[in-house]
Amino acid sequence: MSDTRHLQAGPAGAGPAPARPRVQVVPVRGLPVVAAVVVFVVVSIAGNWLWALTFCHVVGGALWTAIDLFVGLIIGPILGRLPVPARTEFAARFMPKMVLLMPTLVLMTLAAGFQLALLEGNLAPSSPNHAWLVVSYCVVGVMAVIALGILEPANIAVLVEMRKARPDGEIIARLMRRFVLTAGITGVMQVATLIIMTRVATQ
Amino acid sequence: MTAGQAAGTAAGTAVERRFPPVAGLTTVSLAMVVVGGILMASYVPRRPPLGLPAALACIGAALVLASVFLLSRLQDFAWDRFFVVFRWALLAYVISAAMIGFAFVRDHTRGAPLALVVLMLVIFAVDVPIIIAFTVARYSSPPHSAS
Repeated sequence: MSDTRHLQAGPAGAGPAPARPRVQVVPVRGLPVVAAVVVFVVVSIAGNWLWALTFCHVVGGALWTAIDLFVGLIIGPILGRLPVPARTEFAARFMPKMVLLMPTLVLMTLAAGFQLALLEGNLAPSSPNHAWLVVSYCVVGVMAVIALGILEPANIAVLVEMRKARPDGEIIARLMRRFVLTAGITGVMQVATLIIMTRVATQ
Repeated sequence: MTAGQAAGTAAGTAVERRFPPVAGLTTVSLAMVVVGGILMASYVPRRPPLGLPAALACIGAALVLASVFLLSRLQDFAWDRFFVVFRWALLAYVISAAMIGFAFVRDHTRGAPLALVVLMLVIFAVDVPIIIAFTVARYSSPPHSAS
């Protein structure tokens, strides 16, 4: 297997190494979109705008759940079996998008969902959905601690490492393992979210 | 020893270096405020009992202060990188926390429950940037002793 410690280094005489992609930790072009989404959610909450709250919650939740499941259960295991340079190439293009996309989807889904539940009376103790919603808070709480405490720091640390002139393959591999493992755990927990939300929607 | 081997040894040290449990303590602090937040949210729109959430917030605050103390004692640490990441992450999570706070204010949370929610959101908005910035900086630190 090739030397993966310093990913820029190549064997002597093997010709110039392919140019590494320029890694941007936060894709700046995406920030206006994030700002627009945040403003839209705030306006929806401020106005108790039923359609907009439902839109934000359903669209955000569907994307969040689907991406978590896909990354955790499909992309993650594939990524885990790739050689480190291939993982690095993939991560350089994939992870900056996740840095903006996932927190935005989570914020959109949770903020709109809480307001929607309040508006529709699902938070009232007498509602048959109240207990299910409290369980969903617990599921989301566990996912939040995993995502914010382990997954996202690993994601950003990988991106920062890849910006270095000589990225350390061992550090990237270690952090990517953490990313893949936690993405798998949150992916499995999303199944619980699907069960809870379909119960809430049909009671 | 070639230059490449020397760099490899230094990088190996970067992975194996031991640091105080800053990320672990701060993650537990985050968990405390998340549990406290869940307890309070589960009572909306009623007034929640504040004892347990307040205790969890205090534990969370104590843990993050312990993390800051441990951080402050670090030597040979990539402080420049830590503060760059911390600053931007803080901006992002202050916006997130403000939005959550806005939802509670919008839903007529007032008085002591609102003060507790704000305290929890402050802890949340500090916890996450510390974890991210520490995780980034620990792999960027000079390969000498960590503490």
